[in-house]
Amino acid sequence: MDQLVHADHPGGVERTHHRRGSWGKRLAPYLLSLPAVVWLLLLFLVPLAIMLSLSLKTCNPASGTCYMTWSWGELPHQVNLYRTQFITSLEYAAAATIVDLVVSFPIAYWIAFHGGRKKNFFLMMLLVPFFVSFVIRTLVWEFILSNNGFFMTFLRHAHLISANFHVLGTGYAVIAGLSYNYLPFTALPLYVALERIDRRVLEAAYDLYASRREAFQRVIVPLAIPGIFAAFLLTFIPAFGDYVNQQILGGTSSTMIGTVIQNTFLVTGDYAAGSSLSVVLLVISLLGIWLYARVLGSRSIEEYL
Amino acid sequence: MSVLTESAPTAAAPTVVPPERRPRHWGRFVLPTYSWLVIAYLVFPIAVMFVYSFNRSVGGVPQVSFSWNGFTTLWYREWNSAPGLSASFWLSIRLAVIATIVSAILGTLLAIALVRYRPKQFHGKGVIEQILFINIAAPEIVMGASLLGLFVTFNIGRGFLTLVLAHVMFCIAYVTVTVRARLAGFDRSLEEASYDLGAGPLTTFRRITLPMIMPGVLAGALMAFALSIDDFITSNFVSGTSTPFPVLIYASTRVGIPPQVFVFGTVIFSVGILLALSSLVIGRKGT
Repeated sequence: MDQLVHADHPGGVERTHHRRGSWGKRLAPYLLSLPAVVWLLLLFLVPLAIMLSLSLKTCNPASGTCYMTWSWGELPHQVNLYRTQFITSLEYAAAATIVDLVVSFPIAYWIAFHGGRKKNFFLMMLLVPFFVSFVIRTLVWEFILSNNGFFMTFLRHAHLISANFHVLGTGYAVIAGLSYNYLPFTALPLYVALERIDRRVLEAAYDLYASRREAFQRVIVPLAIPGIFAAFLLTFIPAFGDYVNQQILGGTSSTMIGTVIQNTFLVTGDYAAGSSLSVVLLVISLLGIWLYARVLGSRSIEEYL
Repeated sequence: MSVLTESAPTAAAPTVVPPERRPRHWGRFVLPTYSWLVIAYLVFPIAVMFVYSFNRSVGGVPQVSFSWNGFTTLWYREWNSAPGLSASFWLSIRLAVIATIVSAILGTLLAIALVRYRPKQFHGKGVIEQILFINIAAPEIVMGASLLGLFVTFNIGRGFLTLVLAHVMFCIAYVTVTVRARLAGFDRSLEEASYDLGAGPLTTFRRITLPMIMPGVLAGALMAFALSIDDFITSNFVSGTSTPFPVLIYASTRVGIPPQVFVFGTVIFSVGILLALSSLVIGRKGT
């Protein structure tokens, strides 16, 4: 905050634009932020409040009418009903996040420390999947993993997999899709964190006779932890609520909570049940979000986007 | 190989040679090979999409099939004959352009307010920052579901308007955060000079502030466009009568995917990559 104060008076020169009038000046921040804040209030916070109130209602899906029952009972009831799907979602999202962290750490490290002049090129290669629509990307994985697709046929002919091996429709396919779709969200924050490591700290470690391995373990990895947190936030939470991968790549045994929410809203039309499940999903996600904000501060997110 | 000499951590200090020389081949062989494998993994599905866009369909039904039935360029010639595909694509473009413009303006104004004013001058600044953070971090399905609840509660018919409302909502925070990051190193003295030379606040904004923050605004707008055009989860809840491109493709997975989907995917990918590469080349020439 101090820097801002000084920035207002460069070299101690008094501000000269007092002529704008003190009212206008005092209202300026509120007027500048008003449109965006109203938009977010009406279309982000009010909907969340309505969702909370809907979760306290009971709906009749057939007639579409809801009435207030003021009972919190729906929340534990829904959690009990869909406990398996919640756990499945947590498992798949965790598996995808771990896979992404393990896969992308070496490449992020390599680009940050050895990328040289080609850094921008490699970063763009990490972003390549985003040039194809999310739904199409997932769809293509259905084609890759399908038993009749040319990839699996090729593997079968090469005797790399047995004749009755199949992966489409299982949880592994969902995890594969999630990992692929969210890999850039893991790799880029890791890259940002590694890139920001002061090379002099590393030199100091070597000067103090650290081996490359020790320098890696005791300097690089600890300094990359903010990136790991950001990667967790940007990968785990969206993957946790994702239902596209599950719907396209998974089967009935791998139903995730996102699928259930989507179905209760758009198929059965039971807004009370759907809202209760969404509230639970939001609360679980907020735990992760809160943890991130506690460790790194909420403003740090801007560095990783 | 100049890569290695450039970023070698010991290059600047001619002091102690790292005691363990052996793992040097990690940087030279293992890591590059691994990195190229990861890139191949990222590119592989795109190659598969490209190949399947040339796949013949069986039995005269214009649907993609998993098995390979022979090469054809039919789907490129008949790119426009899949019902609704082109219409939904243009709808997505229109939606993204509108959402980008609106969210770029609102997000930039908010970013200026957040950078310029201290909490004492701007009550509620901290709360707004928290809201932006939660807006970015919250799972999209929750936002989509809660918007559906809002529109149903107030009997607002779902269509293009609700899509615009929703898209602007989830773009604002990204624009604000991107612009704010770029504004941090902003030199206020030029504005002071402008005032000293007798320019009013509007002239100063138009001639000094805006040109200076423009790169940040463009970066934020680009992000908003990318988010909007690719959004499925929120759109699926609020689209109603008008179907954006991703929603249409998702719906078609139930009834049979027209092969033109992969043609569209391939063309959009090629155009996007060409634009990105040219901006990379131009950017390099500039420096």
